[in-house]
Amino acid sequence: MSRLLDINKLSVTFGGLHALKDLDFHVDEGEIVGVIGPNGAGKTTFFNMISGMVAPTSGEINFEGQSLIGLDPNQVTQRGIARTFQNVRLFANMTILENVMVSQHCRTNANVFKTLLNSTGFRSEEQEIRERAIEILGFFGSRLVGYRLDQPASVLSYANRRRLEIARAMATQPKLILLDEPVAGMNPKESAELTGLISLLRSEWGFTIVMIEHDMGVVRNVSDRVVCLDHGETLAQGSFEEVSTNPEVIEAYLGRPLEKRS
Amino acid sequence: MNLDMKLVASRGGVTALALVFLALAGMPVGLNPRMLIDPIFSLGYLSLLWIPLVMGGMMSQRVELEGIESEGGGVGEVVAGGLVGLFGGLGLSALVLLVDNFDLRDPLVNWSPQLVEFLSFGRGIGFGLLLWPLIGAGLGAFGAAVRLLPSKVKKPLLAATLTVLGFAIFETFIVDVLEPLENLYANTGGLTVTAAIVLAVLSAGLSAAGAGRQVGKARSSYQLSTGAAHTRQTALLIGGSAAFLIILPMITGKITQELLANIGIFLLLALGLNIVVGLAGILDLGYVAFFAVGGYTTAVLTSPNRGPNFDFLPVLDGRFGWLIAVGISILMAALAGLFIGAPVIRMRGDYLAIVTLGFGEIIRLLFLSDWLNGWFNGAQGITNIPPADFGFAQVKGTDPRAVFYLVLVLAAISIYVSWRLENSRLGRAWMAIREDESVAEAMGINTVNVKLMAFVVGAVLASFAGSVFAAKVGSIFPTSFLILVSIIILVIVIVGGMGNILGVIAGSVVLVGVLGGPKQPGLLQEFSEYKLLIYGALLVWMMLKRPEGLIPNVRRSRELHQEEFLQDAWLRGEVDRDEAASETEAAANGPAPATGGAS
Repeated sequence: MSRLLDINKLSVTFGGLHALKDLDFHVDEGEIVGVIGPNGAGKTTFFNMISGMVAPTSGEINFEGQSLIGLDPNQVTQRGIARTFQNVRLFANMTILENVMVSQHCRTNANVFKTLLNSTGFRSEEQEIRERAIEILGFFGSRLVGYRLDQPASVLSYANRRRLEIARAMATQPKLILLDEPVAGMNPKESAELTGLISLLRSEWGFTIVMIEHDMGVVRNVSDRVVCLDHGETLAQGSFEEVSTNPEVIEAYLGRPLEKRS
Repeated sequence: MNLDMKLVASRGGVTALALVFLALAGMPVGLNPRMLIDPIFSLGYLSLLWIPLVMGGMMSQRVELEGIESEGGGVGEVVAGGLVGLFGGLGLSALVLLVDNFDLRDPLVNWSPQLVEFLSFGRGIGFGLLLWPLIGAGLGAFGAAVRLLPSKVKKPLLAATLTVLGFAIFETFIVDVLEPLENLYANTGGLTVTAAIVLAVLSAGLSAAGAGRQVGKARSSYQLSTGAAHTRQTALLIGGSAAFLIILPMITGKITQELLANIGIFLLLALGLNIVVGLAGILDLGYVAFFAVGGYTTAVLTSPNRGPNFDFLPVLDGRFGWLIAVGISILMAALAGLFIGAPVIRMRGDYLAIVTLGFGEIIRLLFLSDWLNGWFNGAQGITNIPPADFGFAQVKGTDPRAVFYLVLVLAAISIYVSWRLENSRLGRAWMAIREDESVAEAMGINTVNVKLMAFVVGAVLASFAGSVFAAKVGSIFPTSFLILVSIIILVIVIVGGMGNILGVIAGSVVLVGVLGGPKQPGLLQEFSEYKLLIYGALLVWMMLKRPEGLIPNVRRSRELHQEEFLQDAWLRGEVDRDEAASETEAAANGPAPATGGAS
């Protein structure tokens, strides 16, 4: 297994606040890594930094051996890192199909002239984009295809919006997908199903996955490795069992027992 | 019968204020000489009388639920409407008294004896003082009552009123199209009483016979058709309107042709701005800059009177010279788009709007400046621009029909460009940026490039309009490119319907055709003095009542009426309901147990 993402001594400060402090992190190709930690631990900031939406104060982010520092979000996506958002951010008034089609932007190249001339190249590319979008949406069973394709994303239920976000990330044809709380707001049945799909994302589609999740059941079922963050620092890392029995992790989540406090 | 006195008082107050405002803006006195029905009814009176009528009508309309209005009630609504009108009339009476007794002519130009005379119908103050409240109350009650009538009576009545008013107001246009209709009109431009009665009876009869229903039926059958039938009907519709547009200027006179040419030029501009604002969501308030670049480039290349510093270039005033100039204008406009866009495009929202506003003015001031006087002649402008010569035809200002045909061809090109781009990779990227720029960027869209592309395409389309404008007017001055032009193009796009080509066409016809462009007269020549007032009022009203525009873009109206849209989708059973039900359950036990495994 080769190293896909390698992060060294990553720090970011917002004013006087250290959102992340000297964080070391790595992902090997084909891994599923779970990132856990209490609220405000810096998990989403960590994702924002990998995807280029926040610039780190210091440290290195290397993806396939090349630095991502200073790249715009779209360039990061171009290199092969896609993400979903914790607070689902779909293009609500575009149709479901368009949501997935537009995400293939950086993998296609029809320009104004080709479009205006309606060249065969343009038409076959459009056809490909559409077919690939439908193929990706088909990954979620019948929920997002058929008559749904031409409906705006705003009519979808919450769970389906989360699925569409994942579909959109898949459409950018990434190597690494960052999932920010993929099952938040889903009922147990739905989250169990999505857990299965996340495993399939690796085995069938060949994606490497880093996932922030609060649902420990899901984390246990899919992660090869778990990293726990707290106050912008790595608290523990290892298999789920190791991390979940680590006293410091338990303390970060539940607080210190009363008698130890004084 | 229960009256909502608070509502009556507030609506009545609005009515009175509106009437007094219009009277002091000088509208009634200024428009009084223009007769509508000779000799009993003038445009001046119409400019006041519609207010109590409409406000009274509003009293019989109640909002049951957001989006659902019921018209109903009975005597109570009529009385309320009458009261609202009465308040309005009292407002005018009070104005008459005030104007007669005090002199405020210094700040208020229209605070004049003429106003008193107009408001008292030329028969002494007492007459006016008494009559206005009565007229107001009568019209208000009538307005409220009309809404309560069954539609069988209401529709012919409405048809008759609109027909008579339409014929009376659009006199110049109608006579221009069909000379023999001149007989309907008296010397003052108003309909003769006989003609008015004939028209009213005719239109009411037609409406009662169900002419409107036939049109409605045809329309709904078109909207419901699908597949091949729909394509065929669309082709027929486009072919039909193209044929109509080609034939129209042949049968009409010069005035209408000129009007059509002006509509066309503004349509070209609006189509370009529609790409920038409507599709990509970039609020560009300096769009006139690209119009100016197109105009000046064409002028400089074809006119012998350009600034002396350009003498190294040949004057392209021969055959096809204009076409070559258009080619170079396109290049220059694209460059200007890049040049202005590059620094501006990294900003978002309001900041971007303000900076574009600045650049729009900078370009105009550059053309005006002494510094570039040797190139662009400063305030003297560039004159003697030759007509556009195509060999088989010459397009110049004295031949508005040729201008119109040229514009028609260019508009067809612009429409094709808009339509193609909207449904392409680029169009989808624009849409995504309009929805959520940071997410679009995270999904791999190079937002800077894509937005810049919208700017450049918009600039190129504007340069078409500039080139035609130069050939049509024959001279070009910095004052042709005031900020007002930007604003009016923007209003066309907003009122017509952002992001919708049909909407933009409707907007240009309604605003430039009926009201007139910044310097071009429209059908309502009488109102040209109050053009900007009407533009402003229309814009405010549209934003309140129909923010998606006359002919909206499906997505835009979805954005603006998301709640209602979801309601409708839910009623049709299109929202996932079983999962929606489980959602509440999920929300209850979903995200909370973060510590499940750790404890």
